[in-house]
Amino acid sequence: MAKRSNEPFLWSLFSSGGMIAALMFPILLFLFGLAFPLGWLEAPGYGSLLALVRHPLTRLVLFGLCSLPLFHGAHRFRFTLYDGLQIKHLNELIAVFCYGSAIAGTILAAYLLWIIP
Amino acid sequence: MKQAHAYTLYRPKWYRKRVSTWWWAQQWRSFKFILRELSSIAVGYVGAMLLWMIWSLIQGPESYANFLAWLKSPLIIVMSLIAFGFVLYHSITWFNLAPKAMPVRVGGKRLPEWMVAAPNYVAWIVVSAVVIWFVIGGK
Repeated sequence: MAKRSNEPFLWSLFSSGGMIAALMFPILLFLFGLAFPLGWLEAPGYGSLLALVRHPLTRLVLFGLCSLPLFHGAHRFRFTLYDGLQIKHLNELIAVFCYGSAIAGTILAAYLLWIIP
Repeated sequence: MKQAHAYTLYRPKWYRKRVSTWWWAQQWRSFKFILRELSSIAVGYVGAMLLWMIWSLIQGPESYANFLAWLKSPLIIVMSLIAFGFVLYHSITWFNLAPKAMPVRVGGKRLPEWMVAAPNYVAWIVVSAVVIWFVIGGK
């Protein structure tokens, strides 16, 4: 029997991550990367942001935000190197590096969201 | 029984015309494709930023203050600005992809692309408003 490909599974992670990133990343980066540091808006205080992040629903959303888009990014970046730079002979190494980073980020996210006081 | 051949991506014996490493820079279309693909780095950047934010919140108020101060450094602001351009580009290309990935037919006729893409933009605005409401409104 031909070896079963894990491509469809990776693809589902890729597309759901792409959707989450498309919907939520611009506003989050706008707030935390531009609006707060440049003083356009006042950054939330420690207490209120912790209270928000502590809520079980927010934890779930943050887990989605810190895991699926990482797989999306990893998948895309892998093929950027693959097609863009044509380093096909390093295919496996690149795949391990890309998905490995995404898995590491996901585990870190799960751990951090679990230990929030 | 004969073993099926493993599929390999690399077959050195085949004749293939050598493609320049810079193939994508020769046409605007392919350059835009590579720009879109590079948005993956910006996506990783935002993911890392969120993880650091959660980490600093766990560490305590001083750590969170450090995180906010770090966001204010000029280098990070420039990087965030560039990344913001890329994530915007990702969103727009992603939303416009939907009608191409799944054409919707009503009564045997294909709906115009903008009608399939439009709900994505509505969702984008709603989600953004909800995020602002929760992050800033929760004072």
